[in-house]
Amino acid sequence: MHQVWFSLPAQSLSGNGSGSTSIFAPAGSPAHSIFDLSMLVLAICTAIFLTVGGLLLYVLVRYRHRANDANAAQEPPQIYGSTQIELSWTVIPILIVVMLFLATARIIFATQDHPRPADALDVTVIGHQFWWEYRYPQLGIVTANELHVPVSDPHHPTPTYLTMSSADTDHSFWVPRLAGKTDLIPNRINTMWIDPQSAGLYLGQCAQYCGTQHAKMLLRVYADSPADFAAWVASQQRPAVEDPSVAAGLAVFQHNACISCHTVAGTVATGRFGPDLTHLASRDTIASGSVPNTPANLRAFVQDPANFKPGALMPPMHLNDHDLDAVTAYLMSLK
Amino acid sequence: MATQATPNLSQPAGSEHTAPRRIWVEVLHDWVTTVDHKKIGLMYIGYALVFLVIAGFEALLMRVQLSLPNNHFVSPQVFNQLFTMHGTTMVFFVGMPILFGFGNYLIPLMIGARDMAFPRLNAFSFWISAFGGLLLYFSYLGASGLSGAGSAPDVGWWAYAPLTARAFSPGHSTDYWTLAILLSGIGTIGTAVNIVATTICMRCPGMKLNRMPLLVWLYLVMSCLVFVTISPLTAAQIMLMLDRYLGSHFFDTQAGGSAVLWMHFFWIFGHPEVYVLVLPAFGFANEIIPVFSRKAIFGYPAMVAASVGIGFISLSVWAHHMFTVGMTSGANTFFTLATMAISVPTGIKIFNWLATLWGGKIHFTASMMFAIGFLFQFLIAGLTGIMLSVAPFDWQLGGSYFVVAHFHYVLVGAILFMLFSAFYYWFPKMSGRMLSEKLGKWHFWLFLIGFHVTFDLMHIPGLEGMPRRIYTYEADRGWMMWNMAISCGAVIQTVATLLFVYNMIWSYFKGPVAGPDPWDAWTLEWSTTSPPPQYNFAETPTVESRRPLWDLKHPLDPDSHYE
Amino acid sequence: MSTAAVIPHTTTEPWVLPARGIVGMACLITAESAIFIIFIVAYLYYLGKSITGPTPSILEIPIFTSICLFSSSATVHFAVSALHAGRRAATSLWLAATVLLGGIFLGGTAHEWYQLIYRDGLTIRTNLFGTTFYSLVGLHASHVIVGLIMLSLTLIFSLTGHLTEKHTGRLEVLSLYWHFVDAVWVVVFTVVYLLGR
Repeated sequence: MHQVWFSLPAQSLSGNGSGSTSIFAPAGSPAHSIFDLSMLVLAICTAIFLTVGGLLLYVLVRYRHRANDANAAQEPPQIYGSTQIELSWTVIPILIVVMLFLATARIIFATQDHPRPADALDVTVIGHQFWWEYRYPQLGIVTANELHVPVSDPHHPTPTYLTMSSADTDHSFWVPRLAGKTDLIPNRINTMWIDPQSAGLYLGQCAQYCGTQHAKMLLRVYADSPADFAAWVASQQRPAVEDPSVAAGLAVFQHNACISCHTVAGTVATGRFGPDLTHLASRDTIASGSVPNTPANLRAFVQDPANFKPGALMPPMHLNDHDLDAVTAYLMSLK
Repeated sequence: MATQATPNLSQPAGSEHTAPRRIWVEVLHDWVTTVDHKKIGLMYIGYALVFLVIAGFEALLMRVQLSLPNNHFVSPQVFNQLFTMHGTTMVFFVGMPILFGFGNYLIPLMIGARDMAFPRLNAFSFWISAFGGLLLYFSYLGASGLSGAGSAPDVGWWAYAPLTARAFSPGHSTDYWTLAILLSGIGTIGTAVNIVATTICMRCPGMKLNRMPLLVWLYLVMSCLVFVTISPLTAAQIMLMLDRYLGSHFFDTQAGGSAVLWMHFFWIFGHPEVYVLVLPAFGFANEIIPVFSRKAIFGYPAMVAASVGIGFISLSVWAHHMFTVGMTSGANTFFTLATMAISVPTGIKIFNWLATLWGGKIHFTASMMFAIGFLFQFLIAGLTGIMLSVAPFDWQLGGSYFVVAHFHYVLVGAILFMLFSAFYYWFPKMSGRMLSEKLGKWHFWLFLIGFHVTFDLMHIPGLEGMPRRIYTYEADRGWMMWNMAISCGAVIQTVATLLFVYNMIWSYFKGPVAGPDPWDAWTLEWSTTSPPPQYNFAETPTVESRRPLWDLKHPLDPDSHYE
Repeated sequence: MSTAAVIPHTTTEPWVLPARGIVGMACLITAESAIFIIFIVAYLYYLGKSITGPTPSILEIPIFTSICLFSSSATVHFAVSALHAGRRAATSLWLAATVLLGGIFLGGTAHEWYQLIYRDGLTIRTNLFGTTFYSLVGLHASHVIVGLIMLSLTLIFSLTGHLTEKHTGRLEVLSLYWHFVDAVWVVVFTVVYLLGR
């Protein structure tokens, strides 16, 4: 809290803070090219503002009415127009527009029609009210809310291509430091690509109003080094942990409505309405990035999701304390 | 507020009646049944001011909620209703009616006419729009009954499909929203028909099209735009109603319907709508800036051409609201170009105002100060608009607080400032009394400070990745400081607005008597008494130039020699 | 500045402006056209996108009723001319013909819908074709109904002798609306029955 208060404006804009989502701290090629373009646009707009605003200020001071002038009561000379002057301030803006347009068109085509390397990673992103589903068709992984992608070396780029759609309402995938946003729209497939160039966690959130809990539909993109990514893939490809010590929790899980919405690979739970829980315990956060994944938080969430996300579609489970503890222990075992 | 604003602007009730109850009933009857363009204009303005206060209050509640991260001042449901109601109200029940109010009042006076072309259609349009506003707010009581917390619409003012489908929006809140907008749309089209017919068919002798005051020109262009923008919205709302009540599938994505089609239909309305709102504000500036610079408007034909040009180009830019929905690179490029192109005629306007000021004798009245604020802020709004027209930049900024800041710069910084300017300028004509200049200057400076604190700073969280329409945000993003400051600015604006309301009430009773022409102005409305008699002009005027009163005051050097 | 300025009267060239009724109707037609365009766009956009159910190939081209509607444009025009010339009986006759032709068109639409619903099982809920077809043709039909109500009222006024030469301008405004309804049918007919099938 205090950190937030004392963070200086410059610091927060340049994105040095831990939770930065500033578009001025790009960490991937699309964000970089947009950053460069935006600097050009900002420079031109600033120049126009200084010129026109300066002229306006000058006119206001220079031509203000002075009550103690000799001819204060007299009307100033009436000027009705001048074709040459008006022509000049039509042509100059046109030239500026043409220049800006060409610079923009280049970036639009370079980003949208970027050639796709053969070894790019594919991820299918499906927006749900109010969480993200990630499917890796090449790797056979299904996960939720925390997207893991490999770091992309600028010399040998390994970008990740996102194929996006929605299961319900419109959503938008926006991780400002990696790329601009792309909407997830039901009954429509959109694509975008990201290539984080240094390892780390990149934050963002849903940027298209999608319903009650739009605000807590947070995005977490983990750019892993090649070794880390391989390890993560290997761990996600394993079947769900079967730990006899939490069998009571498994029983609670299987005898309640949990299984109609959630999947735990290798069990009877094959629901697809909610996030896949096969490796829930391997995630850092729950409730779509809202709170850290601790036993206490998980317990409170299962008890009533409205504790963290009022409006979430998961109903309160009305479990007694014993069952709640058991199912929490079971879920925490799903490494 | 409802009971204050209307009689405040009205003419004093006749004193020949003694029983107070009877007077009250008669005054009410008089206003409800009137077809006089001036009374309807004032009712439009009064009704818009009521909704301005309501929607402003909604904004204030949102700012309280957002001033701290993870705040629990209001629930997410309530917050979503607040921004939906705030946006819908401000666009359809504040912006449109207040501009139509001024148009209704001023256009017949400025073209030397007795009334609008269709006085009864005028009254019908007003009442149907007013009913739309009441219906929208009735949703707080009616949508899910009085038992619950009420259920106002919560789909956002652009109501993207399929959020509006029965599956995601059960109950009746969305129906109230749709019906309210349908009704207000019918009223809007009716008034636009009236304005076009009035300007084309009711001008006084000698008032050729190229002699019409620019304000009337701007209203003409705005009304023509209404036909081609409000109608698509009406059509889309009919489709939505069919979806919700008859089970059709226009926007039903489960049955192959398209969510993107709604976006196209909505923004074909939505973007030109911005110009529908801003063109009358340009019109005010075209009247007020010359009078307080004591110079004729610079480049009248270019101003007309630029207005018509803006009208046409604005029809081809809608999809710049949709750069992130996955259009092809070709489409994105086209809409970038079209959007940038609109800055050319807009630029011409700004330069012509600058040239009008140049060489003048600028009088810094409260009205002129608001007009100057408009010039600066419209310049900045235009420049952030250019940034957003750059599609890749928009992939970052679209849907963020930067966009919220940008369009509030247009709607508040440009349009509301110009509306305040218009109030200070025409209040004497409407009421017969001057508004207090001293309070007016307090109002100006306070509002200016509040505005810039709020909306200058609001760009920054957008650049830092804060999306719009979130009821709360994470503490670690560094957005808190900005949001706190933005909320403080909102409070300053509220104080300034209350000062303005006080000024209107005080001046209506105690202000100095205005006389017919307090500003030494040049257009026809200043040639009749303040307030004008019911018949407007004792004798139908005849004009020979764009500034008939200038000709009258300078018989040796009339404008007609130069046009 | 204490009293209102009086703009002096000067003699100018004759000052004639267009009739406000015509201008108002032209504005209304512009607005209505925009509504129709949106429905037509939706129809074309969803053409061939229905997942299940009947397709436009089940439609039969309503040639006869369309000819009736198109010819009613001529009859309403003759009604206006007749009123202008003061021939009131002819006016009533032409108006009656217009109402009759419009009525036949509407009857044709009703028959078509009946067939589609009960023979082909196509309703507005069936699929996207049903959705767009009924809404577009229905929007046009609702305009025909409004026009027929207005024309019938005019016919009644005409038969009872309340319609005189001085109402020519008003009848002309009404005929403009009716021409518009016909013109829309040209487009809807082309889109739905010729191109879309």
